[in-house]
Amino acid sequence: MTSSRVYQTAGIIIKRHKFGEADRLLTLFTSDCGKVRAIAKGAMRPGSKLGGHVELLTHSQMMLARGRNLDIITQAQAIDNFLPIRDSLELMSCGFYLSELVDTFTEENVADRELFDLFLNTLLELAEAKDGERILRYFELRLLSHLGYRPQLQKCANCGKLLLPEVNYFSPAQGGALCRNCGYPDMGARTISINALKVLRFWLRCDFATASRVKLSTELTGEIKGLMRENIRYILEKQLKSIEWMDTLANGNLTLEAPPS
Amino acid sequence: MNPDFFTTARPISRLIEEFNKLPGVGLKTAQRLTYHLLQATPEKSRDLAEAIIALKQNLHLCSVCLNITDSDPCGICSDATRDRTKVCVVEEPIDIIPLERTRKFRGLYHVLHGVISPSDGIKPEDLRIRDLLVRLGSAAVTEVILATNPNVEGEATSMYIQRLISPLGIRVTRLARGLPFGGDLEYADDVTLSRALEGRQEMY
Repeated sequence: MTSSRVYQTAGIIIKRHKFGEADRLLTLFTSDCGKVRAIAKGAMRPGSKLGGHVELLTHSQMMLARGRNLDIITQAQAIDNFLPIRDSLELMSCGFYLSELVDTFTEENVADRELFDLFLNTLLELAEAKDGERILRYFELRLLSHLGYRPQLQKCANCGKLLLPEVNYFSPAQGGALCRNCGYPDMGARTISINALKVLRFWLRCDFATASRVKLSTELTGEIKGLMRENIRYILEKQLKSIEWMDTLANGNLTLEAPPS
Repeated sequence: MNPDFFTTARPISRLIEEFNKLPGVGLKTAQRLTYHLLQATPEKSRDLAEAIIALKQNLHLCSVCLNITDSDPCGICSDATRDRTKVCVVEEPIDIIPLERTRKFRGLYHVLHGVISPSDGIKPEDLRIRDLLVRLGSAAVTEVILATNPNVEGEATSMYIQRLISPLGIRVTRLARGLPFGGDLEYADDVTLSRALEGRQEMY
């Protein structure tokens, strides 16, 4: 981190709250300083210079002034607004989820360029996608792997034997897959099909373009989704808030049906 | 706690503390207000006290539009000259004030009392969306104007409501999103500018 009074960085806005009458308290994930909290003065007034440049999920180039507690954003210029994400209710729900993931998994003021690039690329992919599911799964796996929660997928996480090509078990508490012998008595473990195991192994060592070429059946997509979700919940010890909204939309059953007229 | 707590009389420091809790009122302003009231006539301070108490006592939500009101239905909903076929959906009661100030809208309102915010865990069920649907089912409404704020939560809420209403065959419109009056192109963001371009209009 630089020590001068003002500094420049590019960042993505991952959270924002009202602050005072017209100010916003933002949480940024920046390329150079990691997660930073900053004030955008007057951002809620119409005609504000900052306004749309500091909206949630905007990639912006910003100038910040160091404050005693919180930094203050003095200038902002949006680099990418991810317009297609904003125009779709489904993609935006994925965007909410991604930003909540990044926010909960990171600490303030710890620079992490690799994670920033992964996050930015994921948003760029999401803006081009019709369906966000696969992008989310790939991001989750990469995020966990990058932060040191990479699941063990080659050997049994308990006894260390190579996993056989059959239905195995997966235990978030043990940090990966378990063979049939070790998995059966583990109450927190669930079964994992050999195909799911193969997809996850493959995703861990390829880039997104290659990852997206994998054809997945509906069941396999569902299995991997459930698996990753359980794993993340175990690590965070809580359910992320935006999941419920994402599910409401994904299931297509809008909970507020029009009353019979 | 007020640093002058031990040197000022208890009623004074209590009022200073209460004023201090209000938005935009710092300690100095709170002290000035308190000492001003100390000088005022007993009637003046009683008027103020009564106004504060009455604020909470006589107010409730309008049974039609869910605006905060002291009569039911509220002034707008009971006004016979207003257009009952148009309903403007807003996030908060306070949003009605600027819309009314324009004098361009003569229809009725519907207050959601919030906005869908997945990151804060606020779901559609927490808002008064169901009341809107019930209302649309029973009244002869031909147009719903979505006037939520032009930010991600407001957009998400509008898109969600649009999806619920469109099967009912009612026209759904959204407030135009573009450049603010007195603004500056130089500082406009891409979202605003592209919406402004999309929604450009013929000049007469």
